[in-house]
Amino acid sequence: MSDSLFDRIGGEGAVDAAVDIFYRKVLADDRISEFFDGVDMDKQAAKQKAFLTMAFGGPNNYTGEDMRKGHAHLVARGLNDSHFDAVVEDLGSTLAELGVPNDVIGEVAAIAETTRNDVLGK
Amino acid sequence: MPAIEFEGGQYESEPGESVLDCLTRHGVSVNYSCRAGVCQSCMMVAVEGKPTPVSQLGIRETLKAQDHFLICSCVPETDMTVAVPDRAGSLFETTVVSLDRLSADVIRLRLARPENYDYRPGQFLNLTNAAGISRSYSLASVPELDDFLELQIRIVPDGQVSSWVANGLQVGDSVTISQSAGECSYVPGREQQSLLLVGTGTGLAPLVGIARDALRQGHAGPIHLYHGSSAVEGLYLVDELSAMDRVHENFQYYPCVSRGAVPDGVRAGRAADLVLQDFAKLPGWRAFLCGREDMVKGLQKKIFLAGASMQDIFADPFIEAKD
Ligand SMILES: Cc1cc2nc3c(=O)[nH]c(=O)nc-3n(C[C@H](O)[C@H](O)[C@H](O)COP(=O)(O)OP(=O)(O)OC[C@H]3O[C@@H](n4cnc5c(N)ncnc54)[C@H](O)[C@@H]3O)c2cc1C
Ligand code: FES
Repeated sequence: MSDSLFDRIGGEGAVDAAVDIFYRKVLADDRISEFFDGVDMDKQAAKQKAFLTMAFGGPNNYTGEDMRKGHAHLVARGLNDSHFDAVVEDLGSTLAELGVPNDVIGEVAAIAETTRNDVLGK
Repeated sequence: MPAIEFEGGQYESEPGESVLDCLTRHGVSVNYSCRAGVCQSCMMVAVEGKPTPVSQLGIRETLKAQDHFLICSCVPETDMTVAVPDRAGSLFETTVVSLDRLSADVIRLRLARPENYDYRPGQFLNLTNAAGISRSYSLASVPELDDFLELQIRIVPDGQVSSWVANGLQVGDSVTISQSAGECSYVPGREQQSLLLVGTGTGLAPLVGIARDALRQGHAGPIHLYHGSSAVEGLYLVDELSAMDRVHENFQYYPCVSRGAVPDGVRAGRAADLVLQDFAKLPGWRAFLCGREDMVKGLQKKIFLAGASMQDIFADPFIEAKD
């Protein structure tokens, strides 16, 4: 399976390269930054890494239930589709910055999209 | 909900509850201090069941491999059987070599370095008082340069461990310390990198260790050390650090005071603000931030947004013990 999305994108190394850029974009994004106020950055960075690994089609053990539980407090604070869209957009521009081709970005966005309902508790 | 088994008892956890909260809610007495995954005094071993990744952040790789984890930071996903780790090899008896005041409320405590005691300057250890209560203190000494362990301890009024140090300890007394822990230390390599060291209060302790260690190892890039205090009287080691600044071309020391008039050579303002004023962009920098939790957490985020990589920011918040 050397042609899995995770391998094509560059595996673990790609996640490491992307996590800084992605997390910085998210924190600086006025549309969503308030959801990160007061969170522990080290723990949050570990979660971003797990999220990117999953979105890149890599090995992960996220379940829909984890997603629901993990975001329920944010949904209570008003997390909605527009915020989800902003995160997907930041993810896309992170990958573009790293020189990932458009069709591959599309594949990543499609995986991220599969978590929308669980993240938003729908 | 997952059940926790500990020393023969079975305890049902509630949704979102940590292993520590579950045990204490059931009246089980266990060690802890910060409740925030920092001090490591609540470390246990998972005999059965798997610790969550978050509960293993920052602990030694060797211990991680043996399923050690921090019970204050683990919301169990499965049933677990947990146990207090074998303390043999992780606790050390040592003696007080010297005790002196660096300022009105900061004590420098030097302990004999036990044989086989490995540490990196900037890491912390847990010091246990006569009543068996432990608190974390950072190491300002450098193993290759000093044959003692140096701690700089701010006296907190009625503080269980700090006041015991101030009022109860004497040269020659024997005390118990833990193995060192923590990621806040200088790792050689990339010796041209710019280093930013920012500390408030006794947050200076790990930074002194880190700066001396980096210079000892031939770090060639600039090293900027900011020490913040609300009042001039809170600054300490001013002469020593000023001397280091004169001797080492690449070492800069900035004492900062946020309130009242400041004497010559001291900067007016909060250290965290002055840093960002002096350096708006920090890509490629390595930063060490120590001391008050709000300063450390706030600056960590700002430094990251200014371009430093997450992996290059070492944040060491001195989180107080929580009931
Ligand atoms: C990783 C780490 C490294 C640390 N390194 C150092 C160090 O190098 N030097 C150092 O001096 N401390 C350091 N600390 C803080 C130290 O561990 C203790 O929290 C501190 O000494 C107070 O402990 P105590 O037992 O004396 O007071 P406690 O008995 O815990 O507290 C007594 C009362 O004082 C309050 N209190 C506690 N701390 C403060 C404070 N700072 N200001 C105002 N009120 C307070 C408490 O809320 C409580 O009400 C570090 C903490 C951590 C987590
Ligand atoms: S790390 Fe758990 S109580 Fe401090």
